[in-house]
Amino acid sequence: MAATTETVEQVQTLANDGYKHGFVTDIEMETAPKGLSEDTVRFISAKKNEPEWLLEWRLTAYRHWLTMPEPQWAKVKFDPIDYQDSYYYAAPKSDDDRPKSLDEIDPKLLETYKKLGIPLLEQELLAGVAVDAVFDSVSVATTYKKKLEEVGVIFCPISEAIQTHPELVRQYMGSIVPYGDNKHAALNSAVFTDGSFVYIPKGVRCPMELSTYFRINAENTGQFERTLIIADEGSYVSYLEGCTAPQRDEHQLHAAVVELITMDDAEIKYSTVQNWYPGDEEGRGGIYNFVTKRGLCRGRNSKIAWTQVETGSAITWKYPSCVLEGDGSIGEFYSVAITNNMQQADTGTKMIHIGKNTRSTIVSKGISAGRADQTYRGLVKILASAEGAQNHTQCDSLLIGDQCGAHTVPYIECANPTASVAHEATTAKISDEQLFYCLQRGLSEEEAVSLIVNGFCKEVMKTLPMEFAVEAQKLIGISLEGSVG
Amino acid sequence: MALLEVKNLHASVGGKEILKGIDLVIEPGEVHAIMGPNGSGKSTLSYVLAGRDGYEVTEGSVQYDGQDLLALAPDERAGAGLFLGFQYPVEIPGVTTMNFLKTALNAVRQYREEKPLDAMQFLKYVRERAAMLNVTDDMLRRALNVGFSGGEKKRNEILQMAVLEPTLAVLDETDSGLDIDALKVVAEGVNAMRTPERSMLIITHYQRLLDYIQPDHVHVLANGRILRSGGKELALELEEKGYGAITGAEAA
Repeated sequence: MAATTETVEQVQTLANDGYKHGFVTDIEMETAPKGLSEDTVRFISAKKNEPEWLLEWRLTAYRHWLTMPEPQWAKVKFDPIDYQDSYYYAAPKSDDDRPKSLDEIDPKLLETYKKLGIPLLEQELLAGVAVDAVFDSVSVATTYKKKLEEVGVIFCPISEAIQTHPELVRQYMGSIVPYGDNKHAALNSAVFTDGSFVYIPKGVRCPMELSTYFRINAENTGQFERTLIIADEGSYVSYLEGCTAPQRDEHQLHAAVVELITMDDAEIKYSTVQNWYPGDEEGRGGIYNFVTKRGLCRGRNSKIAWTQVETGSAITWKYPSCVLEGDGSIGEFYSVAITNNMQQADTGTKMIHIGKNTRSTIVSKGISAGRADQTYRGLVKILASAEGAQNHTQCDSLLIGDQCGAHTVPYIECANPTASVAHEATTAKISDEQLFYCLQRGLSEEEAVSLIVNGFCKEVMKTLPMEFAVEAQKLIGISLEGSVG
Repeated sequence: MALLEVKNLHASVGGKEILKGIDLVIEPGEVHAIMGPNGSGKSTLSYVLAGRDGYEVTEGSVQYDGQDLLALAPDERAGAGLFLGFQYPVEIPGVTTMNFLKTALNAVRQYREEKPLDAMQFLKYVRERAAMLNVTDDMLRRALNVGFSGGEKKRNEILQMAVLEPTLAVLDETDSGLDIDALKVVAEGVNAMRTPERSMLIITHYQRLLDYIQPDHVHVLANGRILRSGGKELALELEEKGYGAITGAEAA
């Protein structure tokens, strides 16, 4: 029997059993009972064999979460989330007996990965990519670890880093996205189950792209990933995050937190392709993707670049941001967001200029089709200290059909008269002329839309690492299937 | 068997009848020219043949290469070897001319049940054809028709024809907006494409283009009908007497 099937059955059994007191000490259980409470938080922490300080931090976050209102300002509509109707922890197999190598991994689990197209065995070797695969909530395999260890790069599940590098985790976790930042971040802080941890030592250029594939598999299990990347002085890393999920009916909550920090002259390039189940044509099902991503350019002349291709999820609520603290530091945000059918997306970025001569670039490409609604929401904030700061923002929207919506909401706050801030925005439609021209050259309608949209997104797509770009181009075509004709 | 056989073709745009009974037969290898004043229905005819949305055939039939052309979707018509050179080529930002040509060629090759060309094969294939039309690598790297001059756009249309190797090429006012040098380059490109199998339908307002591309047949289109057909001397007669001499005679 496949591990997934087992998990689903366990989940169903537990659902029928209802809530049982006293389960927290029973760490043999593979799944936490439904619902959220201090007990749930304690269960997760115990499962992970966490130090006391972390449990206390989780509990503080949980208590704070209880007092916080849901964010109301995004232009998205959905029914209130019943937090008690979700599971917060599910492991595909026993955590006590973690596999030491790929050989020890259930072959059926590996088979599932292959079906999902995760390049765990073959493609990582070909592409030279180290994969930290997250299946449900427990990381089950990390490859290329040795090669990374040789140069001193730490790349492991965050649950492992908590055990092996507690000082780094304790110092930085929550320092960029505090638990009280917003309700979703607070929830994540309380119940995060796993994620990735990366540390690049001084002067090291990470020898390969680091890649983590997130998947949601168990029925009705919210996922709360937490990622922390630290780039020490003069180091460089490119990190890829890709997501797909199999079709399902239940709404699923996903509230991830990603924290990045760069010291002097360091650079982090963070690329995402997000392709979670968006729901059906009537908007049933689909993932709620409420993500808090923030990078701190702490050091002088350091750089953080976010690139995202967002095609999935029923609702996307996501603003990867940069705090430009170090003098001369650089923040970049390149985004393609596609919404089709009934999808809703409210996404953008925040660039906070604190240091002198800090620079930021924002390029946002929004494509809306079907009855979808999409908003770019961005903040460029220049503090009084940010002498000579520069920002350039470009927001382009492309509409397909006449029932979709695109909105641009740029906020600009500038407290330094030497700063320069530029904002450009355009809205266009795919014209009948363009479509007919492509058809006349033999392209099908879907090929034509894919070609035109990929052209529209080109500035962003070219910032993606090569192997990701090809996948993302295909994804754009697939996401817009059935949007014309 | 004729390559194209248009019978009593009537077509409307937005409920208004534009084509009012066109009859036209094109044999393999023939070059036909259709001339006519503005608003006579020349472009409508080209769009109807290519299958553009909004151009509704109300009566008549079109046989192409042994099949009912009107039953095919626009991309199927392209796949079957029908090419339309646009009067106003369309801009597609962000899509390089090279990428567009490759996508189009491989789409058409799929209809012909041929294998797609890979990047290297395609580069060689397109460069051979581009050289003939003075299309530089720089032009191939630029976004399709974006910022192209009028002459570059028309040369690009002919390059697309050369790449796709159609059986029937309909060229809609390919000469408009061209200076004499550009006109010669375009005409040479078209002439180089003439084969005993390939037919062309050249739509033009002026006789000028026909100095460089010799048609086998010339038709005069006015008010949605072909009023006269003849050899290339008809084009010269039009040049001399003007359209009024023919359309006026019809009215009287």
